[in-house]
Amino acid sequence: MKRYSIFSLLGNALAGRDDWPLAWRNPTPKKNYDVVIIGGGGHGLATAYYLAKEHGIRNVAVLEKGWLGGGNTGRNTTIVRSNYHLDANAHFYEYSLKLWERLSQTLNFNVMYSARGVLNLVHTPADMDAAMRRGNAMRLNGIDATFLTRDEIARRIPNLDCSPTARFPILGGLLQPRGGTVRHDAVAWGYARAADALGVDIMQKCEVTGLRIEGGAVTGVRTTLGDIGAAKIGIAVAGHSSVVAAMAGIKLPIESHVLQAMVSEPIKPVLDTVVTSGAVHFYISQSDKGELVMGGDLDFYNSYAQRGNLPQIEEVVAACTALFPSFGRLRLMRTWGGIMDMTMDGSPIIGKLPVKGLYMTGGWCYGGFKATPASGWTHAWTIANDAPHPLNAAFTLERFAEGRVIDEKGAGPYPWAH
Amino acid sequence: MLLIPCPWCGPRNQVEFTYGGDATLHRPAPDAPEAAWVDYVYLRDNPCGPHDELWFHGAGCRGWLHVLRDTRTHDILASAPVGEPLSR
Repeated sequence: MKRYSIFSLLGNALAGRDDWPLAWRNPTPKKNYDVVIIGGGGHGLATAYYLAKEHGIRNVAVLEKGWLGGGNTGRNTTIVRSNYHLDANAHFYEYSLKLWERLSQTLNFNVMYSARGVLNLVHTPADMDAAMRRGNAMRLNGIDATFLTRDEIARRIPNLDCSPTARFPILGGLLQPRGGTVRHDAVAWGYARAADALGVDIMQKCEVTGLRIEGGAVTGVRTTLGDIGAAKIGIAVAGHSSVVAAMAGIKLPIESHVLQAMVSEPIKPVLDTVVTSGAVHFYISQSDKGELVMGGDLDFYNSYAQRGNLPQIEEVVAACTALFPSFGRLRLMRTWGGIMDMTMDGSPIIGKLPVKGLYMTGGWCYGGFKATPASGWTHAWTIANDAPHPLNAAFTLERFAEGRVIDEKGAGPYPWAH
Repeated sequence: MLLIPCPWCGPRNQVEFTYGGDATLHRPAPDAPEAAWVDYVYLRDNPCGPHDELWFHGAGCRGWLHVLRDTRTHDILASAPVGEPLSR
């Protein structure tokens, strides 16, 4: 791997920019690997990278049916944070945020982590109680959390409507200063390049069509490029966990739903932080290109279509113009959808499946992107040791049957309510 | 925009409806084994294709209906009142 640095940049600038090697190889699959990872998004590539880097398991294949990062890694709103209330979530996402903070150095690839802060607006006394409780829980878990009054928010974000006559009056907000955004495509590319340099084979346009299982243990996968043998298989397929698990006869506590996001036309800098509102379920930030990136709720019906419908876009835009009246002058440039695997408690499943040698990281609901480093790190640990790390020990598939659900919102087993 | 064919009101805009989820679930008997309850409460087939689901026409006739909808395309293949077979 050619290291990226100011010197390689200058050298290539002087040499006519034709000395850059490809960031990763395009190999043909071998007959057998120690581990096969299904899914070449952020989670799958991170799993492969940490298997090679932390556990010395370098005979690894990543199989991607489309192109790297073409699924939810490229479809999210790029927000990273660890402002969770329940211990299992707090420790897991805080570990993820710590990996984000040094990921550009770790991978020698600029993922553009920007600690611009994530602000959760408080609109009602009930919101206030919840924010105080969560903020204090975060601080007890060693996570940064600060309460901002309405006046402090009005000074920091002048175009946010903080007036008492606003449609959703703002009483204050819970800020996580270390939260922020990361350039999402760079995460897939950075992990792919670093994993490839450690010997991981990454195959694109290679769809897994079946799992080979003998005597209750996996022996390999069937793919559009032929059979590939492996004694350990990790599933990291974002919105298709149920489909791949069904190849092993496993039924998951998951429903797949479509979540839309959208961007405005690009404009000069107007918003230097991430603003979210739970009351209207809306989140917004400004990309480095200048687009306002925003999203809201699910479309609220099962979907594998990667596109949604207009009523939900109207909801999001209405929330946007209520909170930021001046943004009403902008045109919406692009909308898209991604498939969320919504679990029955709103928390992910990272661990062993009831077939020997089969593992998964999935069921990420809305929260998959910010979890990418820790998901890959714990998934790799679980695969290497055939046992979960303490960070993901609570996120088992069995927790539903055992009554140990991790229901951050307290919504019950209604996956579209999380 | 989904145009949902309500068996009583005809084709109506999706905003009049609330989603009710998988229609193929059947509540187990109170004394059914725990595994049957885990299956009912938590596990879903979650098909990538035709999905038999419930919708509630809250801003219309306030009736519940079955809808057979393809989750890959959002095409609605059939609808029927709850308790009656789906006809295409």
